[in-house]
Amino acid sequence: MDVKTGFFYLFSLVLLFAALRVVTARNPVHAVLYLMLAFSQASALWLLLQAEFLAITLVLVYLGAVMVLFLFVVMMLDINLDTMREGFWKHFPLAATLGALVALEMAAVLMSGFRMSQPVQAALAVGQAPVQVSNSKALGILLYTEYLMPIQVAAAILLVAMIAAIALTLRERKDSKAINPSEQVRVRASDRMVVLKMDVTQPGQAPQPPDVAGDAVAKEAK
Amino acid sequence: MALTLGHYLALGAMLFALAVIGIFLNRKNLIVLLMAIELMLLAVNMNFVAFSHYLGDMHGQVFVFFILTVAAAESAIGLAILVLLFRNKNSINVDELNSLKG
Repeated sequence: MDVKTGFFYLFSLVLLFAALRVVTARNPVHAVLYLMLAFSQASALWLLLQAEFLAITLVLVYLGAVMVLFLFVVMMLDINLDTMREGFWKHFPLAATLGALVALEMAAVLMSGFRMSQPVQAALAVGQAPVQVSNSKALGILLYTEYLMPIQVAAAILLVAMIAAIALTLRERKDSKAINPSEQVRVRASDRMVVLKMDVTQPGQAPQPPDVAGDAVAKEAK
Repeated sequence: MALTLGHYLALGAMLFALAVIGIFLNRKNLIVLLMAIELMLLAVNMNFVAFSHYLGDMHGQVFVFFILTVAAAESAIGLAILVLLFRNKNSINVDELNSLKG
């Protein structure tokens, strides 16, 4: 058993343990943290498979962005843990049976079917660089030539997802007392103060309603 | 015993099975369901990368790249819907989401 195999078993065991804890953890925050551990172990396994670019992308995108998003959402929500755990152990026998079935069947087929231990020297496709280039460079060459259109579509999907996430969670608050700077700048002096002309009132005389004469004068002043 | 493709595929299968178990166990908690889906996608990506390495074909890794893109978009929108749901119903219990039922 060489070093690579040892590392494979180490990372796999931690990965499977973390995945198990993700689905059984009582506190959702712990579940997210275990999911982060699982993704980091998967990234290490991809490094063993010499997929460096994807391994680093997994760390940057998943651990850096998606899992932090998960963590924020979990912390924002006030979840009643007891109602969430109802029926947890009731479903366990069925879940364990089905899970074991899936794992055993797939493992039986896959372990015996794919015994290749050395990477095949692939027949080089037309236009593929015959020299050994780094993983990121090979991926980049492929992405920006053959997959140019799909990568544009992926970019559009990300943009739409961003707009959708913002539009879904944006809300206008009714109770906030913020001022609108644009309205504030556009205000004129005549909007702020109206000069009313009023007749002098004598004692013992009812005051004249000022609106008729006063408004006319104010309009002339404008 | 050298590492074979089968090792990685078996690992992916176990990871997928764990995610299936998680979906069964946490039927009420929507956020853990989303996490189990992320685990499933990780298992699929693991298979893609393993095949890509052992068959010497870079196209599998390109596919993983696109799966990561779509998964990121999916989880962003899913979490946004979750926040909206919690704001309106004050709960993320899947059993209470039956207002569309006739």
